[in-house]
Amino acid sequence: MNQATQQILTQKLLAMADDELILAHRNSEWIGHGPILEEDIALANIAQDELGHANIWYELHQTLTDDEPDELAFFRDAAEFRNVQLVELPRGDWAFTMLRQYLFDIYELLLLDMLQYSDYQPLAEACAKIRNEEIYHLRHSSSWVKRLGLGTEESNRRTQRALDELWPYAQQLFVQLPGESILVDEKIVPDLATLYKEWEERVRPFLTAAHLTTPHNQTPSTTSRSEHTPHLTQLLNDMQKVARLNREAVW
Amino acid sequence: MTKSITSQRIWQALNQVKDPEIPVVSVVEMGIVREVVIDGDAVHVTMTPTFSGCPALHVMRRDMETAVRQLGIKNVTIETVLHPPWSTDWISDEAREKLRQFGLAPPQKHGGDLIAVAFLDVAECPRCGSKNTSIKNSFGPTLCRMIYYCHDCQDAFEQFKPL
Repeated sequence: MNQATQQILTQKLLAMADDELILAHRNSEWIGHGPILEEDIALANIAQDELGHANIWYELHQTLTDDEPDELAFFRDAAEFRNVQLVELPRGDWAFTMLRQYLFDIYELLLLDMLQYSDYQPLAEACAKIRNEEIYHLRHSSSWVKRLGLGTEESNRRTQRALDELWPYAQQLFVQLPGESILVDEKIVPDLATLYKEWEERVRPFLTAAHLTTPHNQTPSTTSRSEHTPHLTQLLNDMQKVARLNREAVW
Repeated sequence: MTKSITSQRIWQALNQVKDPEIPVVSVVEMGIVREVVIDGDAVHVTMTPTFSGCPALHVMRRDMETAVRQLGIKNVTIETVLHPPWSTDWISDEAREKLRQFGLAPPQKHGGDLIAVAFLDVAECPRCGSKNTSIKNSFGPTLCRMIYYCHDCQDAFEQFKPL
């Protein structure tokens, strides 16, 4: 792999890892606050899975850069994170959390399906590992979105409100990183335009069947993964606080 | 002179290492240990993670290293590989029976097609053997467990989650 390709690949892996880490943290905020005990457990599990996936991407990133995963998670500031804004938004109500998870799960599952055929073997192998765990996530989040959409007038109203708010943020998942086309040309990652088409084909009919109206707007909230909302800083203050109290601490 | 290192002795030692979350089955029976290679006085063990976020993996890895070192082998490396991805189909039949006796319904064998087989949500109650059960939650107290309800026992039980 030449240097330019490797450089953009490390950025891609970091973006994927950061998405998972931040979403895992947001979901973990429901622990002790879930609407029922079983959902508390389910979301804690999903958060833990996503954390495991983040770790796999950080470790893969480490093979190319020598950056320690813990160092990346706990000692970078908001401006250095490369996650999409979708995952950093506060958890909102239950409809917001479940809908965000659903929109992300479909994206992730389709991405993993395509990445299994990546010409970069370590990436293809990791995807095969993660994919089956993700199937459980999608099953859970999609059944909730359906239930909320078809539930009561209020659950439908809240889910629709979440959809209207989240839609532009979800579009950012499909914005290429600068230079990502090199990875597409070398068959390391799929083309996000193709991915978007499949995502839309899955998401739109599903949401319609759940009596939700999908917005038409395809403009992302931002096109840069370096740009964040103030919410990320607040999240990192919580997430990194203990690690930063004593850098040498071991646990 | 210490007894010579044999592959069999190492596998036996590893077979004493239990999964800390399911202390009745060993890492060998779970299909976590993939390979043991002896190179002179060095031993190289290859393991594969179960669920990627499983916190017990670190413990198992450490315990495996300790178990091999206790044979008097100083040069031990434990390597984690992701490929081929671990599947619950690799759990041995003996271990499945141990899981059942432990009160954990063993995972259905799915031959790689998780959706077609595992998502039928048919689990056998480990207490009474009834199939008159329904799924309550695809997630449970650990990443590898899901929760079912047995209509005959009228009580909940856990199943090892098929992967």
